[in-house]
Amino acid sequence: MSTSTTRTVWPIPGGIYPLDHKQQSLGTAIRQVPLPSQLVIALRQPSHAPAVLCVNVGDHVSKGQCLAQGSDATGLSIHASTSGTVLAITEHAVPNESGLPELCVILQPDGENHWTKLPALADFRNYDAARLISRIAEAGICGLGGGAMPSATKLRAALLNKVHTLVINACECEPFITCDDALMQASADDIVAGIQILLHISAANRCVFAIEDNKPAALNAMRAALTDSGIELVVVPSIYPSGAEKLLIYSLTGSEIATGTLAVEQGFLCFNVSTAHAIARAVVHGEVLVSRITTITGSALVNPGNYCVLLGTPINELLKHAAVDQTKVSSLIHGGSLTGIALTSNNVPVLATSACVIASTAAEIPAAEPEQNCIRCGFCTEVCPVLLLPQQLYWASKSEQLQQATTLNLHDCIECGACSYVCPSHIPLVQYFRATKADIRIAEEKLLMANQSRARFEFHQARKAAEKIQEEQRRATRATLAHQQLEQTATPSLAQAAIAAAMARVKAKKALQDFAAAVDAASNNLTTADSQADNTAAYLPNPDQQDDSR
Amino acid sequence: MNFLTAYSPYLLLLLVLPMIAMLVWQLRVVVRVVVREVVRKVQKKLSYKLSQKLPPEQANDITIAAIDALLPQTQCGQCGYPGCRPYAQAIAEGRAINLCPPGGASTIKALAALLHAEVIPLDSTHGTESERKVAFIREAECIGCTKCIAACPVDAILGSGKHMHTVITAECTGCDLCVEPCPVDCIDMIVALTPLQGWHWQRPQSLPLHPHLISNNQQGQSGR
Repeated sequence: MSTSTTRTVWPIPGGIYPLDHKQQSLGTAIRQVPLPSQLVIALRQPSHAPAVLCVNVGDHVSKGQCLAQGSDATGLSIHASTSGTVLAITEHAVPNESGLPELCVILQPDGENHWTKLPALADFRNYDAARLISRIAEAGICGLGGGAMPSATKLRAALLNKVHTLVINACECEPFITCDDALMQASADDIVAGIQILLHISAANRCVFAIEDNKPAALNAMRAALTDSGIELVVVPSIYPSGAEKLLIYSLTGSEIATGTLAVEQGFLCFNVSTAHAIARAVVHGEVLVSRITTITGSALVNPGNYCVLLGTPINELLKHAAVDQTKVSSLIHGGSLTGIALTSNNVPVLATSACVIASTAAEIPAAEPEQNCIRCGFCTEVCPVLLLPQQLYWASKSEQLQQATTLNLHDCIECGACSYVCPSHIPLVQYFRATKADIRIAEEKLLMANQSRARFEFHQARKAAEKIQEEQRRATRATLAHQQLEQTATPSLAQAAIAAAMARVKAKKALQDFAAAVDAASNNLTTADSQADNTAAYLPNPDQQDDSR
Repeated sequence: MNFLTAYSPYLLLLLVLPMIAMLVWQLRVVVRVVVREVVRKVQKKLSYKLSQKLPPEQANDITIAAIDALLPQTQCGQCGYPGCRPYAQAIAEGRAINLCPPGGASTIKALAALLHAEVIPLDSTHGTESERKVAFIREAECIGCTKCIAACPVDAILGSGKHMHTVITAECTGCDLCVEPCPVDCIDMIVALTPLQGWHWQRPQSLPLHPHLISNNQQGQSGR
């Protein structure tokens, strides 16, 4: 197989062509940021599960030492970005959508930058997939493109589903961001090594490297590095959002990924180019994830560009280093201009997903205009890359018609922001959709909880009723016995006692049947009630026992 | 003359027939109306029969089940009924739909939609809507009296006599019924999710519209 750039590319539906603002951060090579006086290392885990700490306050840690681990195999390991002392483990503001503080390790660097590297697995072909995946997990590699999904989790899923195509995403379609571009120009060889490792692990029979046509320097660097590697290089047209995983797979192969399924379930494994680079560093060089390339850009900066930053570096240090003119900053954005989040404070650290920080002037990114009424122009429908009807979804979201929103496939929305970008009425459509998605999730959780509680309550009621009958039964039997003894001493009447005993038996049997029916009904209500059904036997009134006691 | 007398019945017929035809033509309107009425009556009878298919008590059961499906199943009794199902029955018999604090506004809205009733605010005499809470036993203080276990409507408390009890958080409905019987007051009701876990996107706040916007033709007033 030879590398080629002439190949069918399926055009994605919709999409927008915003001003890319990429040139301003591409003037210089990647620069280093000096060691800050304090590092704030966020311990965020996928799905908000609490991290398990490996260090205590006051401990001295070396660069690359594990600070915290996930509570299970799907968790993410977090490492010290430099050597120093743990000052505190506390909640600190981080760049997130909620603006709420998260648990962080505050690290005071000692200036030595003393590395503790893992043993290098330079000949990665000698190791099996499981060994390499455990190394990637150990190194705390997660999706650096913005997904933040632990790479080990993704690769384990790839092994369960047979992967045929590995897609390396170097599109970087969002305005302002150039960190992948700079990385490709600087370390193409490491990227190729990372791709080879991913190919070795996933055993995919082909690999496609996708890059947008607005990065000529990176394209040339990659073309040179990929020669005779067996990896296909495909140039896709520059359109936002061409880099979204499912859309990119469609552009490259024409295969659409079905609603509600993952790309990996259909045999496609997609990795960002910077993640491939981080994987190569972890496997070949034994370096855990402690730094990344971040684009620091915007017209309010004198020295915009790409910087190699340690994770946990406060963003205000970065801005200071890029010579920010505070008077000109109108908005501070973490991430790209279309999907990023506006920061209210610059005292937040760099995360693994921090591809870009924008300090923009009012002219560059104007403040949001007030929302006006929908004029039904249909622009949003034309640009939607996943062929939804944002206008209809907007009505459903606004009036909180969750069922209608689901029917209109709200869950296929990739929140790219193209609809909000073109809306002439400045309606923040994506925010409506996100809120509605949250409402649907909460409603589903409530329903699940209610069904579970109902099943448990009905079981509880049935158990109480059965226990009551059983108790009455026991009393009746005891009374019969007492009478029997009394009559035996006076005028014995065995026949009467036999009748009473038989009636007692019938009553007990009936109670048992009623109870079994109630249990059946309760356990049918909910599939998760299995465990309760197992416990049923323990509560069943036992008619044999009744007979014995008599 | 001979001709006229000989053919007079036919001539008469020739005169009368068009008149009859015209009359029938007029009558067709009447016929159509009559037919329509008959069809309507038959349909009405049929639909009546369809609605009568279920015995009334069974139809009522279905209504109660539909109402019960919308209630939050906390079994807390704050509505004044000993559980969600009894309250569902009461609603089916005409009780107000706004007595359920754990369900709150969303439950009232869903009930109103089901019963074609008006959406009304929560009756605050029965409690106020709050975020989901779960019971938490301060285990060091628990004396193992099993009173909370007996009180729990969903069997979400684990333990036995003279041994420490604990709450299965995932099963706890936050009904509050275990707090009262505890003789040593070692049960707290705590918020189930941390602020970060509970955070989610909110809809943008609808801004008051500007009077000069084209979408508003009422000068100086907010449009809608």
